[in-house]
Amino acid sequence: MKENTDTFLKGLWRENPVFVMLLGMCPVLAVSNSVINALAMGLATTFVLIGSSTLVSLLSRFIPKQVRIATYIVIIATFVTVVDYLIQAISLDLYRALGAFIQLIVVNCMILGRAEAFASKNPLGKSLLDALGMGAGFTLALLCLGSVRELLGNGSLLGVAIFGAGFQPWPIMILPPGGFFVLGGWLLLFAWLQERRTARRPEGGLAHAD
Amino acid sequence: MPTDSLPFIFLNACLINNFVLSTFLGICPFLGVSGKLQTASRMGLAVMFVMLVASTCAYGINFVLVAFEVEYLRLICYIAVIASAVQLVEMLMKKYSPALFRSLGIYLPLITTNCAILGLALFQTFREYDFLQCLAYALGAGAGFSLALIIMAGLREKLELADMPSLARGAAVSLMLAGVLSLAFMGFAGLGG
Repeated sequence: MKENTDTFLKGLWRENPVFVMLLGMCPVLAVSNSVINALAMGLATTFVLIGSSTLVSLLSRFIPKQVRIATYIVIIATFVTVVDYLIQAISLDLYRALGAFIQLIVVNCMILGRAEAFASKNPLGKSLLDALGMGAGFTLALLCLGSVRELLGNGSLLGVAIFGAGFQPWPIMILPPGGFFVLGGWLLLFAWLQERRTARRPEGGLAHAD
Repeated sequence: MPTDSLPFIFLNACLINNFVLSTFLGICPFLGVSGKLQTASRMGLAVMFVMLVASTCAYGINFVLVAFEVEYLRLICYIAVIASAVQLVEMLMKKYSPALFRSLGIYLPLITTNCAILGLALFQTFREYDFLQCLAYALGAGAGFSLALIIMAGLREKLELADMPSLARGAAVSLMLAGVLSLAFMGFAGLGG
């Protein structure tokens, strides 16, 4: 039981695909300009991850070693096509906002990475847990970025205005450079927390970034 | 300049909507291979070549898919073509430049999962470019990718010598740097008119 929760939790924090392993950065930066886009992208990616992990885990005994990467990509592309049409059916606005990035889930290295490194070597149950954890970690990272960017760039969260009318939005946060800055900022924050924990010095006098 | 003329398409893909810095395609190699100037420029060339091949093939394949009305297979076909193109480049490089092959390491097969290339193929389909426009678009995108990669590598080589807090070393400072570059590239938006 302990091991199972661990398989799930490591994706959320210790091996977070975005903040720790730096995988799948393109969609993270590109669609995190609002919370709703970030959430939709996170869920779509999680769905593809779960679907492909299940199939890869079930079929791994039958896939010849030489063509395994190609097979994984075809499996992933199939699920992405499903998600693509699904989102188009649910909300056309969302589909337009996410643009080509839904189809680009195919080349999200995180998904191929999990298929190769985990799902192909582990039984179905464990692969599912791993996929769920990684998907949740990815969604969490997207939300972290999306909320900061929407809050600062638009003064709102999920479209609801948070700050009063006096707030001057920072448009730069919604534009491309904002994505880089916010992700860089989060990474700095995590590096700082990590350093503080290893140094076991709660006052952290040396750890200031600037 | 009309928006569908060849020079405009080239400039648009290269500067105004730079693939890396304003559409966020190909971030992984951008952060991963930009440590050394020489590796970066060669990686840029390899990507540009794969882009040209992939763009040409995608154009042909889309023609066939539309003729048979099986557009839902587009994604699967494109990714298969890109994977083969990368394999081709890999074999050529291994034969003619083993040193380069070693220095690119894992990032060479990873061109397959470089979203810039699939993105290029998808965008040209959405925008319904004709064959010459596709070529101009692929060249522009490749040049833009190389440009971003080379600038980044140059900056990071300088940064190696700078005195930085240990905390900021690595990915965090690269991202901040990319943010500043992206800010600079926003200046080209005026070119679009």
